[in-house]
Amino acid sequence: MSDAAHAHEAHGHHAQPTGIMRWLTTTNHKDIGTLYLFFSLIMLFAAGSMALMIRAELFQPGMQLTHPDFFNQLTTMHGLIMIFGVIMPAFSGFANWQVPLMLGAPDMAFPRMNNWAFWILPVAGILLMVSFLLPGGAVAGGWTMYPPLFIQGGISYDLTILAVHIMGLSSIMGSINIITTILNMRAPGLTLMKMPLFCWTWLITAYLLIATMPVLAGAVTMLLTDRNFGTHFFNAAGGGDPVMFQHIFWFFAHPEVYILILPAFGIVSQIIPTFARKPLFGYASMVYATASIAILSFIVWAHHMFTVGMPVAGQLFFMFSTMLIAVPTGVKVFNWVATMWRGSLTFETPMLFAIAFVCLFTIGGFSGLVLAIAPVDIQLHDTYYVVAHFHYVLVSGALFSIFAGIYYWLPKWTGHMYDETLGKWHFWLSVIGMNIVFFPMHFLGLAGMPRRIPDYALQFTEFNQIATVGAFIFGFSQLIFLAVVLKAIRGGARASARVWEGAEGLEWTVPSPAPYHTFEVAPVLK
Amino acid sequence: MSLAQTEKYYLPQPSLWPIIGSVALLLMAVGGTMTMREIDNGGWILFAGLAILFVMMFGWFRDVIRDSEAGRYNQQVDASFRWSMSWFIFSEVMFFAAFFGALFYTRVLSVPWLADAETGSLLWPGFQATWPTAGPGLTEGVDALAGVSPHEFTPMGAWGIPAINTLLLLTSGVTVTWAHWGLKKNRRTQLVAGLALTVALGAVFLALQVYEYHHAYTEMGLTLGAGVYGATFFMLTGFHGFHVLVGTTMLIVMLLRSIAGHFTPDHHFAFEAVSWYWHFVDVVWVLLFILVYWMI
Repeated sequence: MSDAAHAHEAHGHHAQPTGIMRWLTTTNHKDIGTLYLFFSLIMLFAAGSMALMIRAELFQPGMQLTHPDFFNQLTTMHGLIMIFGVIMPAFSGFANWQVPLMLGAPDMAFPRMNNWAFWILPVAGILLMVSFLLPGGAVAGGWTMYPPLFIQGGISYDLTILAVHIMGLSSIMGSINIITTILNMRAPGLTLMKMPLFCWTWLITAYLLIATMPVLAGAVTMLLTDRNFGTHFFNAAGGGDPVMFQHIFWFFAHPEVYILILPAFGIVSQIIPTFARKPLFGYASMVYATASIAILSFIVWAHHMFTVGMPVAGQLFFMFSTMLIAVPTGVKVFNWVATMWRGSLTFETPMLFAIAFVCLFTIGGFSGLVLAIAPVDIQLHDTYYVVAHFHYVLVSGALFSIFAGIYYWLPKWTGHMYDETLGKWHFWLSVIGMNIVFFPMHFLGLAGMPRRIPDYALQFTEFNQIATVGAFIFGFSQLIFLAVVLKAIRGGARASARVWEGAEGLEWTVPSPAPYHTFEVAPVLK
Repeated sequence: MSLAQTEKYYLPQPSLWPIIGSVALLLMAVGGTMTMREIDNGGWILFAGLAILFVMMFGWFRDVIRDSEAGRYNQQVDASFRWSMSWFIFSEVMFFAAFFGALFYTRVLSVPWLADAETGSLLWPGFQATWPTAGPGLTEGVDALAGVSPHEFTPMGAWGIPAINTLLLLTSGVTVTWAHWGLKKNRRTQLVAGLALTVALGAVFLALQVYEYHHAYTEMGLTLGAGVYGATFFMLTGFHGFHVLVGTTMLIVMLLRSIAGHFTPDHHFAFEAVSWYWHFVDVVWVLLFILVYWMI
């Protein structure tokens, strides 16, 4: 192609690719955001079906529906896909749609790399899902991939390691793009401390991703070479140590926990001020709290390992550093409540999910504090109490914030209001179902029911049956969500540019639906 | 082109390269897994994936270079590149940190724990915590890959080839900076000569590294399977060597672009990015030299 033709092309006077090619080759942040969100939605139903199979098996003691090894495959894949295939891509989708709109930027800093960061995710998804069909089935070693078990598995274990590499590559590219966009593409006058809090939380999340994803890559590379190339990183006979994997893994995976929740904090911090019709209380303290959580997240990792054997000094250090995180998290919860205090509250679906987030995430935070106490954790480790804890932070935390964000910005993205009645049905069924599934798990854990086990002793039956009923209520009510989203895409009441009466920020100054290109000329803020 | 147009942030048109790269990664993952599991034709699929990846990289970078040479990258785009390269190098630092962390953990914590009175008497009585070690429990025949007993390895000393390699890489850091001075003062001969020297130093480093590995495998009994010492030694130096290979390749591209007349004294971030990367590889080597080769 000659330079002249290229220059012509650069100014966009020629036809855009259509159909499937539009989506495969797109360099538009809105298209890529949509791709992330749909990928996440599909994976939500895939991994959610696995959860329902798990709960169905656990409806009563004894083996009913699955083989124990298949049960282990389900728990492993449910965890891996929900984390890497649902929550993280959904937040990336929000970042792609909203960060340029909130900053007054014409697009992300690196539109082509943005495309690649998305389009390698389906590759990883294929590698993971295909392994169900291979000899030996999918990985069954738990999402934490601990050796020596993970070193002994078959072909799907290698595929999973490579899938994790690819997902890490995607996260790193996506994060570099987001950080660069936030640091370099803000509209003139939009200083860092004037940025919407969602951008702040993603800036810090992206930093965490760049700092920890390569460490995970290192850890799984060692697994790969231990499996296939004769190294002894995790074999004591060769001078290695299986516990070393846990240290390296959790050095990644504890910050990962905050990667899964900080953008949720950001979304909720956008929504609550809108429906309280008051500015966010304590903006600066929110920023500092987010940064504190991120920094502390690097020095707490071994609280996942209290039972593997650790010097008492180590246990004490990790116990107290973990408890310290409750301080900035408490600041956040306080600020959300203070934002609502004496506000002109209305309770549209996004606000309902945001309030549920504040209440239920706090329950998950408190059970986290319980688990942080080393002597208590030795009793509760690997029981259903842990399952209850992290599902309160990931389902009623991360996932509810995603629902809240979808309802909040869907009118901006599609140009149509969603169906408020259906939205409320979705909310109430979700919030009731979710609590029926996960609240009894606290009791199960305290009574000593171990996690990742397909069968259990008789005395655990009642609470398991309650949880399974709740799981099916929660699971099937997500079909309402699917219906709401598809309905809003196809039509509905026209949304105004502002959409919500109390909405503040640059994204509400562009029409709904947001045009394909926005802010080609940067807005100037005073 | 009016001023207003040139000041807009450049947004590229839709591109096929990313999806081609995704296909390449899929083939590489499938082919790589098949090769590791010894399934027929895995090698071919892996090779096809790699070939497509190289075509993708060639095409994608060609597009970027054309955009740059056409003057589409303004100051703001340049700043984006600077941020992104810094964060990319930070991610590389963290990748190496995982392996340095493994080295630290085994040397300082887990090997001494293996030898302490409580655990040692249960598992391997009489095991002494020393470094380098292939561990207490590897016996002949365990290490099928190398075919030698890991007990009988010789550790890699610092004062032969590794010391020469240190000198080579440190010198190459100087030559790439000298080339950069040439570029900034628009002395093109100095630029080309400096780059050519840097490439040559990188290539000699790699050749010596290959020789060292060959020597380790054939004569010293030092293999990937030589316990945790062999594992950390080869993974750290191996990933470093791979980074030198990538850096040298990037330097060759810079050399060819310099010969073709690309870059101006005040607009040449590609060159600077490569030199940042090269200095990063240099620093990693110095850490390797001290912690892996010297302090044994």
